[in-house]
Amino acid sequence: MSLGVIVLAHTALQRAEQAIRQWADAGCPVVVHVDRKVDQHEYAAFVDALSDLDRVKFIRRHRCDWGGWELVAATQKAATKLLDNHPELRHIYLASGACLLLRPVAELCTYLNARPETDFIESSTTEDVPWTVGGLDEERFTLRFPFSWRRHRRIFDLYVKLQQLIGFKRRIPTGLVPHMGSQWWCLTRRTLNAILTDPKRPTYDRYFRKVWIPDESYFQTMARLHSTKIESRSLTLSKFDFQGKPHVFYNDHKALLRRSACFVARKIWPRADELYDTFPLPYDKPEDHVTPNPSSVDRVFANAVDRRTLGRPGLYMQSRFPTIDRENAVTAGPYSVLQGFAEVFDDFEGWLTKATGGGDVHGHLFAPDRAHFTDGSPVYVGGMSDHPTLRDYNAKMFLTNLIWNNRAKHQAFQFGPMDTQTINWMVAKDTNARISVVSGAWIISLFLAREEFSDVRKEAARLQQIEHKQLKILRSPFTKARVRVMTLAEFVRSPMETLQIIVDEVSEQPHPRLAEAPSMVKLDGLGAFLQDLRNQGMHPFLTGEFAEDTDTGTSLQTQQKPYLVR
Amino acid sequence: MHTVQNRTATIRKGAILGFSCVRNEVIRLPYFMQHHRDLGVDHFLFVDNGSDDGTADYLADQPDVSLWRTDHSYRLSRFGMDWLGWLQMKYGHGHWCLTVDADELLIYPQHDTRKLPTLTAWLDDQGRQSFGALMIELYPRGPVGQTTYQPGKDPVAALPFFDPDNYRNIWHPIFRNLWIQGGVRDRVFFGPDPARAPTLNKTPLIKWDRRYAYVSSTHQVLPRHLHDVFGTPQYDRMSGALLHTKFLDIVVEKSKEEQIRQQHFENSVVYAEYHKALTKNPDLWYAGSSQYEGWRQLVDLGLMSKGTWG
Repeated sequence: MSLGVIVLAHTALQRAEQAIRQWADAGCPVVVHVDRKVDQHEYAAFVDALSDLDRVKFIRRHRCDWGGWELVAATQKAATKLLDNHPELRHIYLASGACLLLRPVAELCTYLNARPETDFIESSTTEDVPWTVGGLDEERFTLRFPFSWRRHRRIFDLYVKLQQLIGFKRRIPTGLVPHMGSQWWCLTRRTLNAILTDPKRPTYDRYFRKVWIPDESYFQTMARLHSTKIESRSLTLSKFDFQGKPHVFYNDHKALLRRSACFVARKIWPRADELYDTFPLPYDKPEDHVTPNPSSVDRVFANAVDRRTLGRPGLYMQSRFPTIDRENAVTAGPYSVLQGFAEVFDDFEGWLTKATGGGDVHGHLFAPDRAHFTDGSPVYVGGMSDHPTLRDYNAKMFLTNLIWNNRAKHQAFQFGPMDTQTINWMVAKDTNARISVVSGAWIISLFLAREEFSDVRKEAARLQQIEHKQLKILRSPFTKARVRVMTLAEFVRSPMETLQIIVDEVSEQPHPRLAEAPSMVKLDGLGAFLQDLRNQGMHPFLTGEFAEDTDTGTSLQTQQKPYLVR
Repeated sequence: MHTVQNRTATIRKGAILGFSCVRNEVIRLPYFMQHHRDLGVDHFLFVDNGSDDGTADYLADQPDVSLWRTDHSYRLSRFGMDWLGWLQMKYGHGHWCLTVDADELLIYPQHDTRKLPTLTAWLDDQGRQSFGALMIELYPRGPVGQTTYQPGKDPVAALPFFDPDNYRNIWHPIFRNLWIQGGVRDRVFFGPDPARAPTLNKTPLIKWDRRYAYVSSTHQVLPRHLHDVFGTPQYDRMSGALLHTKFLDIVVEKSKEEQIRQQHFENSVVYAEYHKALTKNPDLWYAGSSQYEGWRQLVDLGLMSKGTWG
């Protein structure tokens, strides 16, 4: 046999026994190290259970703390023992008790024999990889770590801070270029022997004793000194979460593990009986000597990491609740807030729906009487009720839910000073919001209603105050939304440009030049109406300047034609 | 509270325990037991609050059940939490404890292939002592009184629909948890008074310590760090759901009873209106209701998350 195996066991010794048997039954000599933290009783039973296998040897137990040196020391001893007792070995595989052989040992041997000079060890410099568990990469090699990260996190962090503060730095022994990578490797006899018999080994060992997590860097660095041919990947499939904790494989990963064509996987859930019953399994086409292909597994677990680190923008749920006030995009996608347009045109919503042919164009979602959904229904997608009290009880989430539920379609809704205003800051700070305001357009409904003038005056003052407040928010330096504000007077003079922009935004693509304009309500006499208000002492400054004579409206009417032919 | 059947001597180290307070639940219990047994609950500790429909006999016959009985007021015992709290203190210490009502079924991502011991081992490994779940209220199509349900059958088949996304969350400054409301009851019954709508966030699974205590149902628990079940500011955390099978046909009868007892909730006056509405046998379904398909669907909808559980 040309392959020897080191097995490091910590817990679930029954499964470790099973793994060791599989290696030994295939003819591999195995040297086992069991953590000293396992109690003597349990250890004795474990040794006894394996006593029928001559090929299995044990070495004296070290107490292995995570991130500490002892694990490396134990590996060195086990490797020395293997090499000394078995001159026939050409490759040494470092495995754990939580490893599972996915393919028969014979297939692994064939694969290795075809690559007799290759060392399989994942090994990268700190600049090349973003593994920063605990926020440390290069500093793993230049600081001291006398305190346990797992048990005394606070002192650990404090001591790191202190060293950073006073600028302490350990010297890296000359000739060493720190490398890191998965702790599970498979090295050639030549390389491993060179590492273990390096004349400067005492210096190196002394240095690595105080490096943080040396089991991820000792062999990875040393191999770079001695190997002639490194393949920087591990033959053991193992995935890590964002904290550097290994992902666990369960029964439902069976197909995934099978597809990976990897030889060994860890870490396996000890109670995953189905996996232990199924594997090792000869690969479908053994004659191909299939090379492991863990990319499918990578994808599945990368998704998990992405979900963790990127989240799903715009989703609010029990296990994900970003602070609305701190994020840039608080919603799931772009949407349009349209203010004043529905007042200037007849059936603006219908026109916009037709012109864009895509997005949902709602009425006044935040109106005092109810939420006017695009289809006029009392319950909209996702089970959202049109009840105004229910909506206003948490208006921000009403909006984020609406956008999330309909994230496949651009949402647009009408807004105005008569509507619920509590969403203003949220919308203003949302990079997804496209806000178009025709300021003062609320005057039109007052103008058309022709009600008691003193009431009109009061209402106009109220609405103007609300809109003024809103515009102040939209002009604040904290606003991140795309904002477009124009006065009513400006807008009615040349509406087409703005309408074109809105249509492009709602359909989320540039649109051919608009052929049909919506029909504008009759504004004859608006100028005089505004002057009346002024005369009464109410100054409608948000509407912009209209000519004071009653002709204004008429001239507006005549202006409607040109933009049909533009 | 007196002991009816105490089999707690059979609880092994590391066993997963179920805690529940019930009243007249003999129709729901067979499936409830089966679901949570399959999931990996090793032993159930029940408090029977004055049932008269055979619930006590049914439970006492189950080999993995210990049963206590009391006829005192449910409301004055803080909705059963005082009784359960005593049992949890006495028997729950050091165990993962699942505290659920008889009309709740716990699910979580991968629950069909990874049983509770797998989940709790992973939570242990992550250093987490609690697990959050959102109540998903299920309902039928058509008037709620017209569903037909046979004890022992999966109630989800009788109540296949739920509201996919009308949930709103706010941060509770005192208990430091997320207060979630929404769902079908919120939509249909609580429009005029949303503050009173049922709370949907729960922390039903906890590695118990004798110093812990649920405050109000399993919505709130002390100490507050057990509420740390969601990620912030931008991370998903692994979370589950409680399928709420309240709206079986028996809810109409039960609501009539509740109207008389006025025991059940924090604010009996508000809930009187709600129970009155229920006795009128309403139809909760609408064209946008989602039909329950399984955990993957809830993950896709964003109602629960796989977090980093690969």
